[in-house]
Amino acid sequence: MMVLSGDPPRSRVLSIVLIVIIAALAVTPLVFPGAKAMNVATKICIFAALVASYDLLLGYTGSVSFAHTMFYGIGSYSVAIALYSMGPGWAAVATGIVIGLPLALLLALAIGLFSLRVEAIFFAMITLAVASAFLVLASQLSWLTGGEDGRSFQLPELLRPGTVLISKGVFGFELNGRVLTYYLIFAGSAAMILALLRVVNSPFGRVLQAIRENRFRAEALGFRTVFHLTYANCIAALVAASAGMLNALWLRYAGPDTSLSFAIMLDILLMVVIGGMGTIYGAIIGAAIFILAQNYLQALMSAASNAAADAGLPLLPGLLHPDRWLLWLGLLFIASVYFFPTGVVGRLRSIGRKPS
Amino acid sequence: MDARIKSAHDGGAYGDVGDRNDRLSGDTPMTLLETRDLTIRFGGHVAVNSVSCTFRPGELTAIVGPNGAGKTTYFNLISGQLRPSDGSILFDGADITQLSAPLRTRAGLGRAFQLTNLFPNLSVEENVRLAVQSQSGVHYDMLRPWMTRRDLIARADAILDKVALGGRRNVAATQLSHGDQRKLEVALMMALEPKVFMFDEPTAGMSIDEVPVVLNLIAQLKQDLSKIILLVEHKMDVVRSLADRIIVLHNGQLVADGKPAEVIASPIVQEAYLGIAPGRSAA
Ligand SMILES: Nc1ncnc2c1ncn2[C@@H]1O[C@H](COP(=O)(O)OP(=O)(O)OP(=O)(O)O)[C@@H](O)[C@H]1O
Ligand SMILES: [Mg+2]
Repeated sequence: MMVLSGDPPRSRVLSIVLIVIIAALAVTPLVFPGAKAMNVATKICIFAALVASYDLLLGYTGSVSFAHTMFYGIGSYSVAIALYSMGPGWAAVATGIVIGLPLALLLALAIGLFSLRVEAIFFAMITLAVASAFLVLASQLSWLTGGEDGRSFQLPELLRPGTVLISKGVFGFELNGRVLTYYLIFAGSAAMILALLRVVNSPFGRVLQAIRENRFRAEALGFRTVFHLTYANCIAALVAASAGMLNALWLRYAGPDTSLSFAIMLDILLMVVIGGMGTIYGAIIGAAIFILAQNYLQALMSAASNAAADAGLPLLPGLLHPDRWLLWLGLLFIASVYFFPTGVVGRLRSIGRKPS
Repeated sequence: MDARIKSAHDGGAYGDVGDRNDRLSGDTPMTLLETRDLTIRFGGHVAVNSVSCTFRPGELTAIVGPNGAGKTTYFNLISGQLRPSDGSILFDGADITQLSAPLRTRAGLGRAFQLTNLFPNLSVEENVRLAVQSQSGVHYDMLRPWMTRRDLIARADAILDKVALGGRRNVAATQLSHGDQRKLEVALMMALEPKVFMFDEPTAGMSIDEVPVVLNLIAQLKQDLSKIILLVEHKMDVVRSLADRIIVLHNGQLVADGKPAEVIASPIVQEAYLGIAPGRSAA
C-alpha cells in the first residue's frame, strides 16, 4: 500500500490497525461465512472506497458535495437496470458499466465546470439541488427504475451462491459464487483506494491541498484551480459510481434506500469525520468503526443489559436496552468527534510524534 | 508604438520563458509591460484612474504614494486579481486585459503580496515546491508520487536557502515569524521565475536585521537586465538606493514619473506624498 502510493500511514499503531482490518476483511469468508458477517464485511469494503472518494473532495480540496450518493446511485442503478432488462449475463454487467461510468463522469464534469468556478458554497448548493432532482427523477421514472421498489435482478451464473467452484472437501471451505463476488468486491475496493492514494500523493494531489489551504494563492501561482477541482470531482464520481456497482452486485438489487437516499450521504460524512479527513486511510477506519457499530451495537447492548439486570443493578438495564441503541450510537459519534477532532488517523499519527 | 513589439497572435506570449533572451538582444530594451488608461472603479470610488505607463526590462521602478493611493490595486490589475473597468494591459506584445490570473502568472508576471498570502498549514518547503511545480508546468500529473520529482524539491530548497529560510523548511508556514513569512512570500515569487517581479512593500513590518536579506535579493535580481522589477515601498532610503525610476500614484492617478532625484524633488511629490506623510518618508 505504502509502496504503491508513496504515502505510508506514518504511525505504527495506524499501520497495525489497518493491517488488522484488511486482514479481517480478507479472511471473513473463511472464518465467518455466515450471511450477516459477510454482509457487514462487504459493506465495509464498499464504503471504505466510497468514503475514500468523498475524502478526496472534502478532505483534500475542501469542497462539500451532497451529490456523492447520486453517483453511487448512478452506479447501482445502471448495473441493476442492465441486468434486469437484459437478463443475467456478463454482457449486461458490461453494459451497466459502459453506461454508468460515462454518465457519472459527464454529470460530474458538468457540475464541476458550472459551479466550481465560484465560491465553494455554490458548489455545495448545486450538488444538493442536482442530487434532490435525481432522487425525485429515480422514483418518478418507475418504468425504468422500479420507483420506490427499485429493481431486483439475477446475477450471472458464476456469481450466484449456488455455483460451487471448489467444494468444501478440498480446502475445508466452500468457494461458491457468493464468496467469489465478495472477493471481487474486496479487490475492486482495494484497487480504488490504492488509486486514490496514488492521486492524492501525486503532484496533482498536492495542488488540491494547496487549493484547500488558499485557493486565491494557488491561482496566483499559476494553477487554474477550476480544472483541478473539476478533475477531483470527476475522479470521486467515478469511484462512487463503481462502488455503487459493486453494491448492486452484492445486494442483487438497487433501490432508493440502498443507493440514493440522503441518509447514506450522512453516513458517508460521519465516516469521513470519524476516520479523519484528508488522509484516505481514514476512510477504511471510519467505515469499519461505523458499520461495525451500526450492526453489532444492538447485540452488544442487549448482552450488557441482560448482564446488568442479572447483577441486579438499577437503571442500567433500562439505559442499555437494545431499543436505545441509536441514542448510544449518536453519543459514540459525538464523543469520537469531540475527542478525535482530526479523526482516528489524525489522532494515531499525532501519538507517535514528538511534540514540536 | 515600438515596432519590435510582437503581435498578439505570434504565439509564445504565454508560457515559454525560454526564448526571453533572444528577444531582448537589442541595445535599447523594448517595452515589455504597458498599461493604457488603466481604470478601476469600486462603486463611485475610482481607485486607479486612467494610469498609462510603460515598463522596460532591466529597470527597477518604485511605485510610491500615500496610503490608499491605489498602488496595490494597480498591482492587482496587472497580475489579474482584479479586472479593470476601463483601459488595457499589454505584456510581451499581447493584450492580456482579459487573461485570468493563473495564465498571467504563467506568462511571466510574478507577484508577492502586501498582506502575506501563503498556504498556512503546509510546510515552508511545500509552499515553495508548489510554486516550483507550477513553474515547471506540472499541473495535472496524478500518476506518480510527488516525491519522485526530487528536482522540484531541490529547486525549492535552493530558493529557501537564498532567502535564509533553509533551516525552517519543515515547519508549517503559519508558524513562521512575520518577517520570515514576508521572506517566504518573496520566495514564492522567485520560484516562479517571472519576467516581471511585483514587490508590494516586501519589508513592511520586518525587523531591522531581516530587511537586508530581502533588499540584497532585489539588488541581485536587478543584475538580470531582462527583468522588470516593480517595487511598492514607503521607505524613501530604500527607494533611493534601489530605484532607476519612480512613479507616484495619488488618488489613483499617476502624478509623477521620472528619475528618483527629479521625482523626489518635484513640488507635486513634496505635496502629494512626502508632504502628507513626512514621518514615513524619512524612514
Ligand atoms: N476590492 C475593493 N473594493 C473596494 N474598494 C477597494 C478595493 N480594493 C481597494 N479599494 C480601495 O481602493 C483604494 C486604493 O487601495 P490600495 O490598497 O490600492 O491602496 P495602496 O496604495 O496600496 O495603499 P497602502 O499604502 O495602504 O497599501 C482604497 O481607498 C481602498 O479602500
Ligand atoms: Mg497597498
